[in-house]
Amino acid sequence: MNAEGVDQKRRRVLVTATSAVGAVGAGFIAVPFISSMNPSAKARAAGAPVQADVSKLEPGALLRVKYRGQPIWVVRRTEKMLQALPTLDAKLVDPDSVLATQQPAYCANPTRSIKPEYFVAIGICTHLGCSPTYRPEFGPDDLGAGWKGGWFCPCHGSKFDLAGRVYKGVPAPTNLVIPKHQYVNENTILVGEDEGAA
Amino acid sequence: MSSDTTVTAADQVPGGFLGWLDKRFPVMAVWNDHLAQYYAPKNMGFWSFFGSLALVVLVLQIVTGLWLAMSYKPSAAEAFASVEYIMRDVNWGWLIRYMHSTGASFFFILVYLHMFRGLMWGSYQKPRELLWIIGVVIYLAMMATAFFGYLLPWGQMSYWGAQVIVNLFAAVPAVGDDLSTWVRGDYVISDTTLNRFFAFHFVIPFILAALVFLHIVALHTVGSTNPDGVEIKKGPKGNKWSANAPADGIPFHPYYTVKDIVGLVVFAAIFSAVVFYAPELGGLFLEAPNFQPADPLKTPEHIAPVWYFTPYYAMLRAVPPIGGSQFPGVVVMFGAILIMFLMPWLDRSPVRSIRYKGMLSKIALGAFVVSFVVLAYLGLQPATDLYTLLSQIFTVVYFAFFLLMPIYTKLEKTKPVPERVTT
Repeated sequence: MNAEGVDQKRRRVLVTATSAVGAVGAGFIAVPFISSMNPSAKARAAGAPVQADVSKLEPGALLRVKYRGQPIWVVRRTEKMLQALPTLDAKLVDPDSVLATQQPAYCANPTRSIKPEYFVAIGICTHLGCSPTYRPEFGPDDLGAGWKGGWFCPCHGSKFDLAGRVYKGVPAPTNLVIPKHQYVNENTILVGEDEGAA
Repeated sequence: MSSDTTVTAADQVPGGFLGWLDKRFPVMAVWNDHLAQYYAPKNMGFWSFFGSLALVVLVLQIVTGLWLAMSYKPSAAEAFASVEYIMRDVNWGWLIRYMHSTGASFFFILVYLHMFRGLMWGSYQKPRELLWIIGVVIYLAMMATAFFGYLLPWGQMSYWGAQVIVNLFAAVPAVGDDLSTWVRGDYVISDTTLNRFFAFHFVIPFILAALVFLHIVALHTVGSTNPDGVEIKKGPKGNKWSANAPADGIPFHPYYTVKDIVGLVVFAAIFSAVVFYAPELGGLFLEAPNFQPADPLKTPEHIAPVWYFTPYYAMLRAVPPIGGSQFPGVVVMFGAILIMFLMPWLDRSPVRSIRYKGMLSKIALGAFVVSFVVLAYLGLQPATDLYTLLSQIFTVVYFAFFLLMPIYTKLEKTKPVPERVTT
């Protein structure tokens, strides 16, 4: 190619302008591809509330229901379990449920529940998303004499008490999340809806 | 490209069909530049087996993977059953699947040995920086492929392993939650996630093959190194095949192709022993919880990644949350891999091979290998206080190997490097 008589300055301007317009075009065409990987309309709509029937739940037992693909726990806590909760406060990161993202306002209380007896939580560890194991017994060999019931995460060893409050010194940073829920009647809990009770 | 310009028998214009082809496509030039007239050091020895073996396993993985894809169904409702269908009903399906699952683990064994060879021989040093960097990119692509592939059987370990790893992205400050949702395409690991992981698992190996091509082009530009770290191109010229080729070089074909075939036979024997007699390898290659279908409501008692990821997993667990965030652990985990990119600039030694480096480099390399193996073991075990402490210690050792390298390679006294390669 003969480079004589070429206006190099003009050529640079043209190359820069063409590249810039091309880059903008590449940016625009990337949008549908990136957005396409986000949850589809179907996935977004799949969050219909679910009901949990607690009439047959025995004291101390745990019931799992599935809501938005996640395990939801309903535990019927015994009197002994409830009395143990305040004694653990000093060992916990956030005993008073100060962090507002972890529960609706109506559960920011000492038992983290609407009715003290029934505890509802999303059964997903706040560390990396495993589902912790229910360990309701008091003082088992592997968890030590100070254990007053709760959850132990098998993945990375996080511990939570029976109000889903996280212990200090474990990988999980925050308390278990309490989903929006309400009582439809005496024995039925609706998970995922609270009719703006918050 | 070969610097060799003398006319040899191989350079003569071939006749017949080959001649017709060569006028339209540089068959002979490619054959000569990369095989018949690619002069590799004559002393490469045992440690040079693993690169070519890894290439063979890549081909095996692509072929067995294609055959598995003929019967596999990438949907949450059907995936687990379709793997069982492959194992029980598809003709030879069990063999193809076991070759694929065993091949995955052996791919990593070979690549780890290949990388260790690179560390011993100083293969990352000038002028091989880009060659090394392409190699690290290949390693990253392998890990991505393995991660996506591990979800496909849709067993308990598949599901919860993916759950934990995708949640790592959620630890990124500010955009984390949106990022992990974007990766999953849903709020939990779901059918959508499985479907896209299958797509990625299928396509990345072809990118991997392209990267291997670049790796070999870069290698043949700078030339192979050897256990002495002597640059044969700078040595005397002239060998029995060419007057201009390095005196210490021998043609890759037939000398190294034949040698590598011997290595391949031995490898194939070991590989077959695992495929036929111990495809699960005691839960190391195929983990027990993965024989149960994925259950989003229940995590298995003990979960651990497959062995080739466990050193990094141990490092992730070793770092406690800082300021209520898991992000520092995630940074350490990815940092442990990304730091490998810096190797060419961390090593300040005037010599290339560990043979002629000082005692400090030898101790450091030994400590690095020990830390990698111990972390791999710890990553497989449940987290206890003792194991967490050990993980922390060996994470420090792992990083010290890299971060202190500019100091200890500069401090130590090296041995004189010979003029020519030794045997």
